[in-house]
Amino acid sequence: MEKDIVNIGKSVVIKGELNGSEDLTIEGHVEGTIQLREHVLTIGPNGRIKAQVFAKSVIVLGEVHGNVTASDKVDIRDNGSVEGDLIAPRIAIAEGAHFKGTVDMQRKSAAPQAQAKPGAAPAAPQPQQQQAPAQPGVPQGQRVGV
Amino acid sequence: MVFPPPAADVDPFFPTKALRKFLSCLTSNELPVLIDLGPVVGSNVAYFGEQLGCKIFVTDLFADLDRHMREGRIEELGDFLAKKFTQDSGSVDGILCWDFIDYLDRPAAKKLADQLTRVLRPDGALLGFFGTAPQNGHTSYNKFIVTDEGVNLRSRAYPALGKRQSSLLNRDIIKLFSGLRVSDSFLLKNNQREILFRKPVA
Repeated sequence: MEKDIVNIGKSVVIKGELNGSEDLTIEGHVEGTIQLREHVLTIGPNGRIKAQVFAKSVIVLGEVHGNVTASDKVDIRDNGSVEGDLIAPRIAIAEGAHFKGTVDMQRKSAAPQAQAKPGAAPAAPQPQQQQAPAQPGVPQGQRVGV
Repeated sequence: MVFPPPAADVDPFFPTKALRKFLSCLTSNELPVLIDLGPVVGSNVAYFGEQLGCKIFVTDLFADLDRHMREGRIEELGDFLAKKFTQDSGSVDGILCWDFIDYLDRPAAKKLADQLTRVLRPDGALLGFFGTAPQNGHTSYNKFIVTDEGVNLRSRAYPALGKRQSSLLNRDIIKLFSGLRVSDSFLLKNNQREILFRKPVA
């Protein structure tokens, strides 16, 4: 069975809370909070994120301003940029990537509830609301302003 | 100046004695807190974070120096450095200063040294490299890459706006970090002096 990967396109701007239960690639702009607790978040080369990010794995090829918490891995690729704090058991930063902030690779990051900072989004996974019908290419539980 | 693409096998490679001692100071504490003043190096992050279990603050002061140069505000760098470190006093186990001090004028270097001394915990360690050769006017910075578990370092040059200032004498370096004591000092074959400082326990 083919794995679903949702894509947020270059022209899309999202402000608010973005929750999902599938892998997601962002090429647009997102401000607020992104939670994909069990899934992979990819910030594409055109992606611009100003948000607290919680995911299983995060791959950064674009720009992120904000703290990133992953239960598995954060991977900042060549030309990717992160300014914020990284919490994950595994972190890979490529030559040519930009990073400023703190790195915490303690295993405790596997328990995301303990990692939420004051003022950040609630750590516990939110029940997914049934949305019908979802916009194609847009994950559940988000507010979209284009 | 045109820089070749990074190639690990051609980067200058030199043995380091002080880094091993720095690492042993660092790992004497559980969950050590480390400040790295240099640009991010993925393999260093993996080594210090994953293998040694450090919490790492990657500050990249070289980028801040370049930004001040670019914006024509280099005279404000000292004040910027004096406010840069928000960590609590005595909360940091180790500081990798690399050769950043070489790029600062004396007043800015003093403000930075005071801040680094403040955040370092008693018995904490600071590792610095200081050029001893006359400066050739090259504008490049170095990324230092830890290899062989701290036995050797590679240095990888990359383009810079800042220039090295005139070399500091030993007594100037000691005066700069007057709140710390010199634990070890080695003159390397590449004309750099590596100095390991420790903060005295009150």
